[in-house]
Amino acid sequence: MFRSHVLICGGTGCHASGSDGVMSALSEEINKNGLEKEVGVVKTGCFGLCALGPIMVVYPEGSFYSAIKESDIPEIVSEHLLKGRVVERLLYRETVSADGIQSLNHTAFYKKQKRVALRNCGVINPENIDEYIGADGYQALGKVLTEMKPEQVIKTVMDSGLRGRGGGGFPTGRKWDLARKLIPDADQKYVCCNADEGDPGAFMDRSVLEGDPHVVIEAMAIAGYAIGATQGYIYIRAEYPIAVKRLRIAINQARDYGLLGKDIFNSGFDFDVDIRLGAGAFVCGEETALMVSIEGNRGEPRPRPPFPAEKGLFGKPTVLNNVETYANIPQIILKGAEWFASMGTEKSKGTKVFALGGKINNTGLVEVPMGTTLREVVYEIGGGIPKGKAFKAAQTGGPSGGCISAANIDIPIDYDNLISIGSMMGSGGLIVMDEDNCMVDMAKFFLEFTVDESCGKCTPCRVGTKRLYEMLEKITSGNGEMEDLDKIKTLCEYIKNNSLCGLGQTAPNPVLSMLHNFKDEYVQHVKDKKCAAKVCAGLLQYSILEDKCIGCTACARACPAGAISGKVKEKHVIDRTKCVKCGACVEKCKFGAIIRA
Amino acid sequence: MALKKCAVPFAGTAEQEKALYAVIDEYKSVQGALMPVLQGAQEIYGYLPIEVQTVIAEEMGVPLEKVYGIVTFYSQFALNPKGKYKVAVCMGTACYVRGAGDILKKLKDSLGIDPGGITPDGKFSLEDCRCIGACGLAPVIMINEDVYGKLTGDEIDGILAKY
Repeated sequence: MFRSHVLICGGTGCHASGSDGVMSALSEEINKNGLEKEVGVVKTGCFGLCALGPIMVVYPEGSFYSAIKESDIPEIVSEHLLKGRVVERLLYRETVSADGIQSLNHTAFYKKQKRVALRNCGVINPENIDEYIGADGYQALGKVLTEMKPEQVIKTVMDSGLRGRGGGGFPTGRKWDLARKLIPDADQKYVCCNADEGDPGAFMDRSVLEGDPHVVIEAMAIAGYAIGATQGYIYIRAEYPIAVKRLRIAINQARDYGLLGKDIFNSGFDFDVDIRLGAGAFVCGEETALMVSIEGNRGEPRPRPPFPAEKGLFGKPTVLNNVETYANIPQIILKGAEWFASMGTEKSKGTKVFALGGKINNTGLVEVPMGTTLREVVYEIGGGIPKGKAFKAAQTGGPSGGCISAANIDIPIDYDNLISIGSMMGSGGLIVMDEDNCMVDMAKFFLEFTVDESCGKCTPCRVGTKRLYEMLEKITSGNGEMEDLDKIKTLCEYIKNNSLCGLGQTAPNPVLSMLHNFKDEYVQHVKDKKCAAKVCAGLLQYSILEDKCIGCTACARACPAGAISGKVKEKHVIDRTKCVKCGACVEKCKFGAIIRA
Repeated sequence: MALKKCAVPFAGTAEQEKALYAVIDEYKSVQGALMPVLQGAQEIYGYLPIEVQTVIAEEMGVPLEKVYGIVTFYSQFALNPKGKYKVAVCMGTACYVRGAGDILKKLKDSLGIDPGGITPDGKFSLEDCRCIGACGLAPVIMINEDVYGKLTGDEIDGILAKY
C-alpha cells in the first residue's frame, strides 16, 4: 500500500511538454529519498488541460500541479511528499483561492464538465488492465454475456438515445439492430472501430485511446455479442503512436485475462480484436473508404446502399462506430438507458467531448452535457480569448462543418441545433477564432485541406473543390468580383448535391457558412480590396512612415523586388507597382517605420 | 507534389531484405494484408522504392500497379528517402490559427528547402503534416519523435541547432 499516489499525464499533449522527463526525474528523486515503498507513481491519460502541461496530481490531497518542470521535482518531493507541505507556487492557479486550496471540481474548467466518455482518463493507468477492472471495467461485458440477450443489449442502447459521436449522429442502437437483422444467415460479421480521427483540431478519440483503451475493447466485444460478430478491427491513424502502443498493450492484456478470445466468461461467446493502421488519408474516416482500406486497397469510398450493416467489411454485415461512441457503451449497460437519457437535450442525449483549440486560454479536452451553450464552453470552461481580444467565430466539425458566429453563441449545442445554423457537430473539434482571423482565409484553409484530401474518384469533389479554391484565391489576391460570390454559392450547392461520399458532400460547408455569417467581410475583400484582419497578403499595402524612417537602407537591401528606393540617411519610398508584398522589409526595419494596412 | 520517381539509387542490404521477407511471411495468410506489409516495409527501408514494391507484389501475388496505386494514394508512404531528421510542421486548424504558416516559412528559410524537400547533406527533410493532435500546444513541429510546441518562430534556429 502506498500512502501517496502521484498521477502524471502521459497523453500526447503533456508528453510533448516533457512529461517523460518529469516522470523519470520524479522516480529518481523518490528513490533518492527512499520513498519508493510509500509513494506510487502512475502514468495516466489526458486530464484535459493540455495547455498547462505537464500535469501532475498528488493524492490523497488531490493537489493539482501544472506546467511542472524537471527542476521543480526536488522541491515537490522534499516539501510535499516528505513533509506533507503542498508547494503552492506550482499549483494550478485556479485551485488557489483566498480561502485556501480548493478542489479541482470547483475550478471554472471542470465545474461544468460531466465526464462519461472520459471517465477514466487521467484517473487510471491505461497500461494496466487491473486498474480498469478496478474502475468497474469489463463488468458491463460480464453482465451482457451472463444476464442479457443480444436483443436486450440493442434495446438498451436504443433506449439510451446514444447517437454516433463521429459526426453523423446516426442512432447507434438502430445501427446495431440493422446489422443484427438484415442478413440473418451471414456466416461472418464484423465490428469495426473508427479511430481515424482526421479532422484537424480534433483529438478526443486519441485521448480516449491513450487514457482508457480498454473501454473501447470492452464496448466492441459488447457490440460483437449484440450483432453476432466474432471479430473486430480498430482502424487507427498512424499519426497517433502513443495511442497505438497502449491499444496493443491493452489487447494483449485482455487476451491474457480471457476477456478476448474463446468462450469469454464461459458464455460460449468468442471475440477478438485486431489493429489496422491508417496511412495518412483523411477520406478513410468515411465508413466505406475505411473498410476498403482495411481490406488492403486504396481508400476510395463506394456508393451506399448497400450500407455496411448489409454489406460491409469483406462483403459481410458490419457495424462501424467511432471511439467516443464506444466509450459510452459500458456505462450505458451498467447504469441503464434512463440514466444516459437523463443527460442532454430532447434529441441529443448524453455528453459530448470537445477538443478546444485556437484562440482560447484553456486549450484542451472538455466533456459537457449536450445542450451546453457555446458561451459556457468558450468563456467559462475555456477561460475566454487570450489578450482580451473579441470572439469572432468558432469552427465546429472541421473541414466538413461550419462556423458559429457571435450571434449564435447562446444556442444550446446539439446535433440538430448545429445543423440548423449551418454547421455540424462533426467529431468534436472546436476551434475558436478572434478578430485577427480572416474568414476568407479560413475558408480557403479548409478548402485547401479538402482539395488535398479528395480521393479523386468522383468529379464534383475532385474538380469542384479545386475550382472553389481558385475562386477564393482570386478574392484573397485582390482580383475578386462581386459576381464571384454568387458563383461560389452555386458551385458549393453543386458539389454538395453531387459528390459520392461525405467528404465531398460536406466540403463546401465551411465556405457556405462563413459566407453566410460574414458576408460583409467577403464583400470588403472584393469591393474595397481590404482584409480587415490583415491576413490576406495580396490585399495588404506597405508604406514607410516618413517621421520614423532614418534612411538606414536596411529595407531596400532586403527587398527582393527592388521596390524600395531612397538615399542613405534620407526617407525611403516603396513603389507599390513593384512591391510583391513579401513583408521582408518589415522584418528588417528596426525602427517600426514600415506599416502594412 | 512529391516526386513519383525516386531520385536516388536503391541501396538495400541483405539484412533489410531478410526482414522484409519476414514481414511478408507474417501477414501472407491474413485478410487485407497489403497495408500492414507496406507499413512494415517502410519501417525497414525508410521509404518504398520500386524495387521493394516489386518484391512485395510478387510475394503477395498482386499486380505491381495495385501496390503502386496504394503507395501513391496514402500520404504516409514515401517514394523518396527522408532526411536523417524529419521535420514536420503541423498544419492542423488549431496550429494554423495560431500561426503555423509563419513557422513553416521560417523553417523553409532556415533549411533552404521547400516542404517535400531534403537538405543536400541528407540531414533534414521538411514536410507539412496533418494534425498530430497536440492542439493544446499549437503551433507545433515534430522532429522525428520529438514534439516542440507553443512556438513563436524565434526558437527555430535554436531547435535545429540541437540536431
